[in-house]
Amino acid sequence: MIHSLFLINASGDIFLEKHWKSVVSRSVCDYFFEAQERASEPENVPPVIPTPHHYLISVLRHRIYFVAVIQSEVPPLFVIEFLHRVVDTFQDYFGVCTEAAIKDNVVVVYELLEEMLDNGFPLATESNILKELIKPPTILRTMVNTITGSTNVGEQLPTGQLSVVPWRRTGVKYTNNEAYFDVVEEIDVIIDKSGSTITAEIQGVIDACVKLTGMPDLTLSFMNPRLLDDVSFHPCVRFKRWEAERILSFIPPDGNFRLLSYHVSSQNLVAIPVYVKHNITFREGSSQGRFDLTLGPKQTMGKVVESVLVSSQLPRGVLNANLNPSQGTYTFDPVTKLLSWDVGKINPQKLPSLKGTMSLQAGASKPDENPTFNIQFKIQQMAISGLKVNRLDMYGEKYKPFKGIKYMTKAGKFQVRT
Amino acid sequence: MSSGVGYNDQTGAETAVEAGQETTPTTSSSGAAFGLFSSDFKKNEDLKEMLESNKESLKLEAMKRVVGLISKGKNASELFPAVVKNVASKNIELKKLVYVYLVRYAEEQQDLALLSISTFQRALKDPNQFIRASALRVLSSIRVPIIVPIMMLAIKEAATDLSPYVRKTSAHAIQKLYSLDPDQKEQLIEVIEKLLKDKSTLVAGSVVVAFEEVCPDRIDLIHKNYRKLCNLLVDVEEWGQVVIISMLTRYARTQFTSPWKEDAVFDENNEKTFYDSDSEEKKVPTEAKPYMMDPDHRLLLRNTKPLLQSRNTAVVMSVAQLYWHLAPKHEVSVVTKSLVRLLRSHREVQYIVLQNIATMSIQRKGMFEPYMKSFYVRSTDPTHIKTLKLEILTNLANEANISTILREFQTYVKSQDKTFAAATIQAIGRCATNISEVTDTCLNGLVLLLSNRDETVVAESVVVIKKLLQTQPTQHSEIIKHMAKLFDNITVPMARASILWLMGEYCDRVPKIAPDVLRKMAKTFTTEEDIVKLQTVNLAAKLYLTNSKQTKLLTQYILNLGKYDQNYDIRDRTRFIRQLIVPSEKSGALNKYARRILLAPKPAPVLESAFKDRDRFQLGTLSHSLNVKASGYQELSDWPAVAPDPSVRNVEVIEPVKEWAPSLGKAKQPKSDAKFYSDDEEKEEEGSERSSSSSSEDDSSSSSSSKGLAAKYHFPRQPCLYQPSMVSVQVILTNNSDHVLEEIHIGERSPAGLNVHCFNTIERLEPGASVTVSMGVDFSDSTQAANFQLCTKEDQFGVSIQPAVGELLMPFTMTEADFNREQSEI
Repeated sequence: MIHSLFLINASGDIFLEKHWKSVVSRSVCDYFFEAQERASEPENVPPVIPTPHHYLISVLRHRIYFVAVIQSEVPPLFVIEFLHRVVDTFQDYFGVCTEAAIKDNVVVVYELLEEMLDNGFPLATESNILKELIKPPTILRTMVNTITGSTNVGEQLPTGQLSVVPWRRTGVKYTNNEAYFDVVEEIDVIIDKSGSTITAEIQGVIDACVKLTGMPDLTLSFMNPRLLDDVSFHPCVRFKRWEAERILSFIPPDGNFRLLSYHVSSQNLVAIPVYVKHNITFREGSSQGRFDLTLGPKQTMGKVVESVLVSSQLPRGVLNANLNPSQGTYTFDPVTKLLSWDVGKINPQKLPSLKGTMSLQAGASKPDENPTFNIQFKIQQMAISGLKVNRLDMYGEKYKPFKGIKYMTKAGKFQVRT
Repeated sequence: MSSGVGYNDQTGAETAVEAGQETTPTTSSSGAAFGLFSSDFKKNEDLKEMLESNKESLKLEAMKRVVGLISKGKNASELFPAVVKNVASKNIELKKLVYVYLVRYAEEQQDLALLSISTFQRALKDPNQFIRASALRVLSSIRVPIIVPIMMLAIKEAATDLSPYVRKTSAHAIQKLYSLDPDQKEQLIEVIEKLLKDKSTLVAGSVVVAFEEVCPDRIDLIHKNYRKLCNLLVDVEEWGQVVIISMLTRYARTQFTSPWKEDAVFDENNEKTFYDSDSEEKKVPTEAKPYMMDPDHRLLLRNTKPLLQSRNTAVVMSVAQLYWHLAPKHEVSVVTKSLVRLLRSHREVQYIVLQNIATMSIQRKGMFEPYMKSFYVRSTDPTHIKTLKLEILTNLANEANISTILREFQTYVKSQDKTFAAATIQAIGRCATNISEVTDTCLNGLVLLLSNRDETVVAESVVVIKKLLQTQPTQHSEIIKHMAKLFDNITVPMARASILWLMGEYCDRVPKIAPDVLRKMAKTFTTEEDIVKLQTVNLAAKLYLTNSKQTKLLTQYILNLGKYDQNYDIRDRTRFIRQLIVPSEKSGALNKYARRILLAPKPAPVLESAFKDRDRFQLGTLSHSLNVKASGYQELSDWPAVAPDPSVRNVEVIEPVKEWAPSLGKAKQPKSDAKFYSDDEEKEEEGSERSSSSSSEDDSSSSSSSKGLAAKYHFPRQPCLYQPSMVSVQVILTNNSDHVLEEIHIGERSPAGLNVHCFNTIERLEPGASVTVSMGVDFSDSTQAANFQLCTKEDQFGVSIQPAVGELLMPFTMTEADFNREQSEI
């Protein structure tokens, strides 16, 4: 299935290659470079590129292209999903997934890739299993290994591989038993010129960090499970139980994992936590434009909107912007025409605003497109859909775990058209 | 990690300089590489010394550097002899790295690679399943044709291994051997057939991959395993699910009859059912109709549906395509929600999913219409995502929602991304032709766009307007005039050509303007693009025929210019047109028909989706994504008119194992968590109800249990591996207690001379876990019970196995004639 993998950095160097079948010459990447040249932006490179003898399927993450070489028919999503898993695994092992991290840990990377695929077919992609096979590098372990000569590589078949709970390793021991769940909701909105909402959707995930001894069996129930319209689960969740009782029942993997992602049914009205007032005008004939932007909170249930960041791609005709923020800082890049305003917190008493003028190219006609504002923000301790966890219980083990649940709302793709 | 970067530090370079001088001639085999990478060569020399040292740590260090070289694509093949020596190392990490090296270079250094083979052969017999599996993995990855027989043997042996993990590895090895030597196909198919029968979820995915690679046309191998695969599906690992689902899709299309009864009427009833799609699942709607869905067909649909909730996007997509290709039309819409959910995933995932939705939305508007807003374009989307969303929105447009969509399109036209703006104009054109109510609105909107400042937008509008006018030319001479006015300001060749064509085609409606346009073109003819020149020639010809008084000279002039053009197409066209329209002695009969040829009414172009004919490919495939048949693509066959015999899927009943020795200890019944997802027993029961019961595979099976340790044994009726005189017995040990059982092994036996091949001591058995071991017992051809002790660390229990006569016999195939002859001799 997957023949080879090439890792290519932003400047177009192939800095790692791995072959699972016979060796494919790296010249095959020339087709990729061609496609890259044709694309105006790095994201515009098509994910699937045909070449005379192979097919290239690539994903771009952390400014690294992961290019898989395929020789025959295979579902493209299969490869894409796998490549993303590879990236996730690297991130899990090295903390970051950068060229430097990969180069520094090239041996671990190679060992991982060797275990993840056999003859191009995924073998072990579950992080708990991989961690038993190849222990993640830590400073302490590196030191111990140098002194004692022991290795990072496990000698036994990970128990998970054969058991009915392949995602959990056995013999887990903690002195502090704790289970944390983060309910994170993202709100995707498009607001049109006149301020009316065109679309608004809420997508949420529950990320868990479970550090519990033994084989705990957890159940998690919601106050209002009806909100969840479409869900996808970690394989550990018992689907039948959910279908019947709307209760999440599972033996968790050890460590961090995504328990659930969901979509809040569209029948519910979505409360939009911020509003934007804008006035951006270009006058015909003059080389000046006016810029006026104000943000304000709306339906936040008394919570503070924080980490607010507004960014916008101004029209190509804009040469420079001379703006005055009432709070925070702004930057404007005259080359990419990217305006970004780091607002910080929104104080309902004193609304943040950004006002000033833009200078246009002399003699050029007024741009006929208006910019779109992308807004990012965070609201702690609130799930915008109103989802609430009712209770979390543990069975199968005797100790009392420490349990914690955190809520957060973030802006997903929050766009305001002007 | 400190060692990873060691190869470019000081010390390496220094030792290399010393060593570099004397050793040049020994490594002639890869001289070319040395010339290019002389610095590498020096470092490699130092590596060789390290590999040959007797310090484990130095060797490991060296191997890490070698792997670093391989990862960069540098040639490290000259180290082969030094590396291969370490293949039997005790250090597991070193060994693994040697494996990596070996797999990479064995093909180039076949003779030396053979040195390592015996190590693997030994490891294949190792008691540790993990070591057996990795030995097989490496052995089968060494692409050296000479070891094909060894690989074949190893695969056959591993396919009957007790460890499912080793069996899984053997399934992978099948494909490797097949690609190395396709002549082994027949033998490999036998192994595949054996492995397909495997009941382990671990093996299922891998063996189906092997099946797809080696013998995808041997659909007959699937019959018996079909129901098992369907039932196992939810428990198979996610990657296996994808391949199994796509294989089963193909299978189902050859075995079941079409559930799509009246294709003509599905469109309206699908709209109706869409809104109650959730409730409609429970009843089986097909039963009322004369069409009866094969229960196996239903089984597949039912068992794949929960997988729509998978976190793996590839699994969701494969279920979606299964429903698309196999489910009755009104059930397909269950996949909509999940597909829309995938749009929240990574950009690349979105791209593929949108492509598939685009194809689906052409045939089934109703499926995605309620989710129309999910396809609204965001300014931050990459261009290819934007155009796909646009495509889908256009497909979804109908009388009811067109005004919303057009309003949305208005924003897109103003986008800063001009390629996208141009695509939007095309989309507006398509909406205008598809929905007659809005044609005029669209046309007016497009005419307004003609005064846009951006050239690509204007050009695209002209092209689209041209197409629209062709569909209804009667009432639009105003627009043609307007375009003639704009002509001077438009520089994009395609747009200019379009306007010229319009002038020529409808020259009778703009009789005054057309000759003037031709006049202008005559002036600039030489500087125009080829496509514009061709249309100029066309315009000239048409005007010559309709209005020769005014344009005769102009036409002559243009034809003369064309005659000497650099482009042969234009010269050809000019020559042809001249003969056609200008009467001369030589021109002959054709001349009479010039009018009819040039001014024939032309059919209006049909504006249709680029995804129109993509449905010839199975959804979710690479071929579908590229719209080209990819190598290795398996066509999805049409439904058979008459279903092939469904009884081929019947399997022998496997009697539920009876526990006739009641558990003595406090044996706690393990909770249902042993089996995830598949805790719906009724499925399996259904499967067995249907199947005809014939002789069973393991009819005598029994169990004993005490102190929470349960043992069930049965006779697999396979030849015993250990000794020919032994009967093989499989024992399933289950820990029903709440504590870990350690060191399970066989102790004393009676009669004392009883010859038993014991299983390896089981170190640990977790509560609730179970393990299958096999042993060989020599019953000395008698039905005497074999008694032995089953011991754990703390305890021991007596076990007695009494074989039925049938278990002591070996099956033997013979022809009827042989049988009669043998019988007569008794």
